Amino acid sequence: MKSYQLTCIQCPIGCALTVTVGDGGEVTVTGNTCPRGAAYGEKEVTHPSRTVTSTVPLEGGALPRLPVRTRTDVPKEKIFDIMAQIKKTAVKAPVRSGDTVIENAAGTGVDVIATKTVPAE
Amino acid sequence: MNRHDIIIIGGGPAGLAAAAAAREAGVEDVLILERDVRLGGILNQCIHNGFGLHTFGQELTGPEYAERYADKVEELHIPYKLKTIVADVSADRIVTYVNAEEGVQTVQAGAIVLAMGCRERPRGALGLPGYRPAGIYTAGTAQRLMNVEGYSVGKKVFILGSGDIGLIMARRLTLEGAQVCCVAELMPYSGGLNRNIVQCLNDFNIPLRLSHTVTRIHGKRRVEGVTVSEVDENRRPIPGTEEFYECDTLLLSCGLLPENELSRAAGVKLDRVTGGPVVDDKLMSSVPGVFACGNVLHVHDLVDYVSEEAERAGRQAAEYVRGGGGDGETVVTLEAAGGVRYTVPQFIRPDNMADSVTVRFRVSDVFRDRSVAVYYDGVRVSKRKKRIMAPGEMEQITIRKDGFKAGIPKKITVCVED
Ligand SMILES: Cc1cc2nc3c(=O)[nH]c(=O)nc-3n(C[C@H](O)[C@H](O)[C@H](O)COP(=O)(O)OP(=O)(O)OC[C@H]3O[C@@H](n4cnc5c(N)ncnc54)[C@H](O)[C@@H]3O)c2cc1C
Ligand code: SF4
Repeated sequence: MKSYQLTCIQCPIGCALTVTVGDGGEVTVTGNTCPRGAAYGEKEVTHPSRTVTSTVPLEGGALPRLPVRTRTDVPKEKIFDIMAQIKKTAVKAPVRSGDTVIENAAGTGVDVIATKTVPAE
Repeated sequence: MNRHDIIIIGGGPAGLAAAAAAREAGVEDVLILERDVRLGGILNQCIHNGFGLHTFGQELTGPEYAERYADKVEELHIPYKLKTIVADVSADRIVTYVNAEEGVQTVQAGAIVLAMGCRERPRGALGLPGYRPAGIYTAGTAQRLMNVEGYSVGKKVFILGSGDIGLIMARRLTLEGAQVCCVAELMPYSGGLNRNIVQCLNDFNIPLRLSHTVTRIHGKRRVEGVTVSEVDENRRPIPGTEEFYECDTLLLSCGLLPENELSRAAGVKLDRVTGGPVVDDKLMSSVPGVFACGNVLHVHDLVDYVSEEAERAGRQAAEYVRGGGGDGETVVTLEAAGGVRYTVPQFIRPDNMADSVTVRFRVSDVFRDRSVAVYYDGVRVSKRKKRIMAPGEMEQITIRKDGFKAGIPKKITVCVED
């Protein structure tokens, strides 16, 4: 059995959660005051995910950098793999907010997209 | 002299939302003046997600949120001037601006919306001892250098202050390959949102040291390290607790200051606590026809509230130029007492108030299981229990017009109680 101490971030109260994973994989959450906390605690321990945001170099636009993000959240352990791929990427203007910049980033099935529209100069 | 019905100073989220709301309220002649090369304000450099949960029900990044409002301004064909600095505003609403094409211009405004945002508390205002080596930035400056201009700011970074921008930058620097050794916070609680502590520090095992501050900066040409000390309850460093951290960069995330030089020039009365204009329920300042919203009024942590407040200011400015309403003689003062640092607005003019008015405030400490109480001339009219209140999160109450049926109070007091 393993147990984890977390702070719930689903609302400003910030309950201190204890999440235990039994040997058979069963998850119990205590310390939460509402069901959202239980769901958050379970997800954080079993498959935590985050949205990754960064910038890539942009050629031929008014800005030298283009802000990007993963279209949805991705498994937390993939963050640095995705960052490594983002660092090897460059984009040419024009680009529209929502355009795909990297397909299937680090094999997650999630694309990295532009978050700003920049016309060509 | 040229004339415009409404001039909006600042094209950040506050200015954009105010402009759109003023136009939608029926005022055709609205002009936005923005000193930067693009609309969107500070959001252009906030490339992280977490904006717009309240307004759009989804988590956008700063540029995406800004673009939605900028697009709306374009769709409504509201004119704006970029690279245009407003240099002066007078009490009779004459606006002086400067840009490369037109030089210095003065224009008469029917109403003005102040939406200049805020700036960061710089090193000079913090009184940190030591030399003045390279490698010291405010967190927001570092954010602009990295995210907009594409520079790297340092390899080994120490962050003083646990404001949200510092926390966001801790993650950003880590993802870019820098090492963030520590975040130190003078107060016994963090100034940032819980969510940012978890996702920006805990995710990357970056330590947060509460009740600690930098007591010396080492290095003559470039930062070589900092000495950090624990502080007592009066925030004074405790001798003997010094620790040395090696680093080449120091980021400061120690609070934001509303940018009110123009407001001052116009004779607008400022609130000593918020640093922004004193306003009534219509967000009008002490100078008739001059309104304020967003970070210039008081520092917001959520842009959604900025947009909502700005829409209110835009609508009220429109009402003002149409000669609507009139302010009436009666004034009700809002008083921030025990545990409440300030309220915005600071007073209400009940003769012409909306059915309900949102009053936003911040508390002075972390309070668990306490209540927010509201008094009308010393008589308690409401008391609402809160699981938690913290200085980092803005609170609000609603004042209803029909609550004045029994008589209009002279003073409304908001405070924290058991
Ligand atoms: C770095 C940072 C990170 C943040 N992170 C988050 C977050 O994660 N989630 C969230 O919801 N909120 C966040 N916020 C808060 C939110 O972004 C701000 O509250 C919001 O952007 C404020 O909008 P504003 O229009 O009042 O100010 P600003 O965005 O600062 O816009 C003010 C504009 O006025 C212009 N201006 C100023 N003076 C003049 C002049 N004299 N003449 C012409 N133009 C002028 C400026 O150039 C600027 O464009 C963050 C804020 C900062 C500073
Ligand atoms: S458990 Fe519920 S009440 Fe507690 S912080 Fe999470 S969402 Fe808020």
